[in-house]
Amino acid sequence: MIAIEDVSKVYHTRQGPHRVLDQVNLRIERGEKVGILGRNGAGKSTLIRLIGGAEYPSSGRVRREMSVSWPLAFGGAFHPNLTGFDNLRFICRVYGVDYAAVVPYIEEFTELGVFLREPVVHYSDGMRARLAFGLSLAIEFDCFLIDEIIAVGDSRFHEKCKAELFEKRKDRAFILVSHNPETIKAHCRRASVLIGGRLRSFASVAEAFAHYEAPQA
Amino acid sequence: MAAPASLAQALRVQGRVIGALLMWEVVHRYGRDNLGFVWLFLEPMIFTLAVTALWSATGLSHSVNLPIVAFALTGYSSVLLWRNCASRCSMAIPATASLLYHRPVRVLDILLTKILLEIAGASISFLALAALWIAIGWSEPPDDIVVVLGGWLMLAWFGAALGLILGALTSFSEIAERLWHPTAYILFPLSGAVFMVEWLSKDFQEFVLWLPMVHGVELLREGYFGSVVRTHYDLPHMAAICMGMTVAGLGLVRAAGRRVSFR
Repeated sequence: MIAIEDVSKVYHTRQGPHRVLDQVNLRIERGEKVGILGRNGAGKSTLIRLIGGAEYPSSGRVRREMSVSWPLAFGGAFHPNLTGFDNLRFICRVYGVDYAAVVPYIEEFTELGVFLREPVVHYSDGMRARLAFGLSLAIEFDCFLIDEIIAVGDSRFHEKCKAELFEKRKDRAFILVSHNPETIKAHCRRASVLIGGRLRSFASVAEAFAHYEAPQA
Repeated sequence: MAAPASLAQALRVQGRVIGALLMWEVVHRYGRDNLGFVWLFLEPMIFTLAVTALWSATGLSHSVNLPIVAFALTGYSSVLLWRNCASRCSMAIPATASLLYHRPVRVLDILLTKILLEIAGASISFLALAALWIAIGWSEPPDDIVVVLGGWLMLAWFGAALGLILGALTSFSEIAERLWHPTAYILFPLSGAVFMVEWLSKDFQEFVLWLPMVHGVELLREGYFGSVVRTHYDLPHMAAICMGMTVAGLGLVRAAGRRVSFR
């Protein structure tokens, strides 16, 4: 279970304090798939960072009783000066996972071959996306945070990612954040809508969708 | 990953994370090509050699009735030890904040990693140069290695505490980083590296002995030169300041961790 309880986040800007999230509540049980809809700048990524623990709330708290991933395929989670294997080694050490045991999986999934021994700076965007996705899947989290589904790589790779994520790991929880209702419809059973820093939860994706599409006052 | 069940478990996680960060930092900083991590101690060695040459060539050797090579080695290595710890921690949090996306990594781990690496680099440099000078007869072996080690560890403690404080302050405001450069510059000549406290006037002695690192350098040199030098130090004084700085540093680092922001 992950519980977000009365979480507010205030950033200090040149125009003074800016409240990005206002008294947000959300609860995700084991294996649940929850969508969060919001337009650009609604605070979706901030919410993801708070759930993942990269940032702390200004008030309220986030309780985690299951392991939470970093945002899936997030590029900032690995370093360009390091090789693909070095990044994998780092992540395995941080999360206490046996490096040698996941190397074959990474080789097979990323199809990067000898490039895994090259610094990530020399990768193309597509190669980088493959590595980022592979690293995320190397650690078996209870809950995966997905901040927009990756749009890089070819369609075959997309299918591969979807299979890994939504079929092989269908017992896990997901928090899928997107401005695109179609993505959420495809993968989530319920959804919440983030507008003006406030989060409203709905029992079904359809209701959330209706609220999201309704003209805002 | 639920909250760590015990202190032992938390420490195990922290040890694992710092181990990962050490590798990350070394590869990131020095790469895998050329000399790689050898630069960790080669750089302070070159610094110390250059300063030794400079001090030997200029008048300092005439005014110092101690072997100048060993005097420079003990003095400049001490400066590198505490100053590099602090300088590496300066701006370290904003520069490596993306590592915090990995939940087990905390800002304290990032700073401790930098501190451990700088201590290792300065220590290897000091040891290697001391071994070299002794081997070719440019320096006598230290009078009492245990005392040398004591002085070195005290200086490392001071450097670590300063690093924590500076690492946290520079994450609050870049002003801290701007002020650090002139501060480090002024502290170098006052730090005990270029003088023995005995040589100073009474008033000046009292002043410099407020600075914790002076006590560490004096202790280090007592161990190195033995009774040839008359030293002035007060270990409880230095330990009290270092302890106060450590507590303040840990508090500041905690506060810094809570306000890390990615926008």
